[in-house]
Amino acid sequence: MAEVSELDTLGAWLFERIKRRIVLAGHRADMIDVAAKYVNLIEEVREVNRRKPEPRHEPNPLVGMISEVGRSTIGAREDIAVFLQMLGAFFVALFGVLRRPRALRVTSLVYQLYKVGWQAIPIIVLITFLIGAIIAQQGIFHFRKFGADSYVVDMVGILVLRELGVLIVAIMVAGRSGSAYTAELGSMKMREEIDALSTMGLDPVEVLILPRIIALVCALPILSFIGSMAALYGGGLVAQFYGGMGPAIFLARLHEAVSINSFEVGIIKAPFMALAIGVVACSEGLRVKGSAESLGRQTTTSVVKSIFLVIVLDGLFAVFFASVGM
Amino acid sequence: MQNMDGQFAIRVRDLVVGFGRNVVIDHLALDVRRGEILGLVGASGGGKSVLMRTIIGLIPRRHGEIEIMGVAAGAGRISGGAKQWGILFQQGALFSSLTVRQNVQFPLRENLTLSEVLMDEIAIAKLEMVGLKPEDGDKFPSELSGGMTKRVALARALALDPAIVFLDEPTSGLDPIAAGDFDVLIKTLQETLGLTVFMVTHDLASLNTVCDRVAALADGKIVAIGPMQDLLQSEHPWVRAYFHGKRSQMLQHQAS
Ligand SMILES: Nc1ncnc2c1ncn2[C@@H]1O[C@H](COP(=O)(O)OP(=O)(O)OP(=O)(O)O)[C@@H](O)[C@H]1O
Ligand SMILES: [Mg+2]
Repeated sequence: MAEVSELDTLGAWLFERIKRRIVLAGHRADMIDVAAKYVNLIEEVREVNRRKPEPRHEPNPLVGMISEVGRSTIGAREDIAVFLQMLGAFFVALFGVLRRPRALRVTSLVYQLYKVGWQAIPIIVLITFLIGAIIAQQGIFHFRKFGADSYVVDMVGILVLRELGVLIVAIMVAGRSGSAYTAELGSMKMREEIDALSTMGLDPVEVLILPRIIALVCALPILSFIGSMAALYGGGLVAQFYGGMGPAIFLARLHEAVSINSFEVGIIKAPFMALAIGVVACSEGLRVKGSAESLGRQTTTSVVKSIFLVIVLDGLFAVFFASVGM
Repeated sequence: MQNMDGQFAIRVRDLVVGFGRNVVIDHLALDVRRGEILGLVGASGGGKSVLMRTIIGLIPRRHGEIEIMGVAAGAGRISGGAKQWGILFQQGALFSSLTVRQNVQFPLRENLTLSEVLMDEIAIAKLEMVGLKPEDGDKFPSELSGGMTKRVALARALALDPAIVFLDEPTSGLDPIAAGDFDVLIKTLQETLGLTVFMVTHDLASLNTVCDRVAALADGKIVAIGPMQDLLQSEHPWVRAYFHGKRSQMLQHQAS
């Protein structure tokens, strides 16, 4: 091998492989005339890859699928437990603060209100305005066939105030603020900040989670109200320019069509939805393990779960209000 | 018995900690005397951080008892506060939303009522003690170098002059001069304030100069404990490999 002037690990391994194959076939192989500077490399390579790693046990794909179903069923039970645990911890912290109001983190609460409430207004107004406009446009387009254009106002009013206003705002808040909560708490968990906090004798639920959830519970009803108004405004504009119905008539019809009842039904749901979003977001944040991948996964889970819960809650409320006749 | 309790800052008996099937700490016993600096050495991934976090109460234990300052600690529950102990985590664990100064002030703010001016002065004093400039106080943790993070974390750990200080690799990532200063600082604080220091470290110089006793963790147990001289004489194969390996020998030769 005196001719070999350059040799890297890959080359050395190829030589070693050839040699091992020859030895396996029962012959003898030696490398001779190796340049002095490569002797160590050759020696090193001779030691590697002697032992095959244990082959990984790959289960049958069908069994794998079934076991996945089983695992996620058990996982669902754990999810519920985690949710209830966080809900309980939240109420314990809340009662603690009610007994000692000075323990409430006012600075943090105001900051969170600013972030999840004030800063969310523009996007929420924009989206609900568009949704109101689209509903009105569709209504006018289809109702016109029956000559029932004016009922569009009833539809827009009831739909927006009872259902859509709060639902859309809650879904947007889940995507906007819930995911932010999960990501913030998750990265604090990753960097051991939460551990540092608890070793200082402070309760992370009281310091980090309580202000966040309270901010959400305060902000969502207000945002729902603003969103509903924007949607009605959008519907009104479309009625005027597309349906030819002036603002005076629109308002008069709206006045007849909706009662304060519809509005109450919508807004009562908001704090409960906020609580669900906040609890899910915070509990998912605390479930983040050390890696960036887990942070991403938990954030996705948080948004998906809170949107699911918001819709389930909406359905339960619909049943409830129907049975009490509201 | 009463007498014995007063003598130890931390007592660990028969401790077992594991994750799933992986048992990290296996029937470990350890006593840390009041006012001493105890160095803990062990292989990477050997469970030093896990032992420290279990003593603090961040990781639940499977078995065993832990006493801190004569008070039994509940399993998986944190019993003390910033007054009782200060902790320097391996990664610093500074609050990323607060500036350096606010980080150092955090334990003060939670435990004492002081005027803003006094609080600022104390924070600056602590920062200067660990070798940082007052201007660094307005930086955020994301703007610090690894060594600066360690120093800020130490300043925060010492903010309330706690009785016990846990340090997880305080000098790793520091240059030798800074590491030397760090050792001197810890020694001074221990002498003046009577701190008990529990220090995880791989730094042979720290072990030699500041630690009163050194404990070696291998296979989930404390296999040797005592002054540095005793450990150098130890017959345990891992301890011998640790202190008499090529690298350690080289350092010791150069030192002598
Ligand atoms: N949260 C956890 N979940 C599962 N296993 C863990 C966890 N934390 C630590 N371990 C395992 O415990 C073992 C000991 O880890 P530890 O962090 O205590 O090592 P160490 O001695 O501090 O090492 P180093 O000197 O590198 O910091 C490792 O094998 C690690 O994989
Ligand atoms: Mg460690």
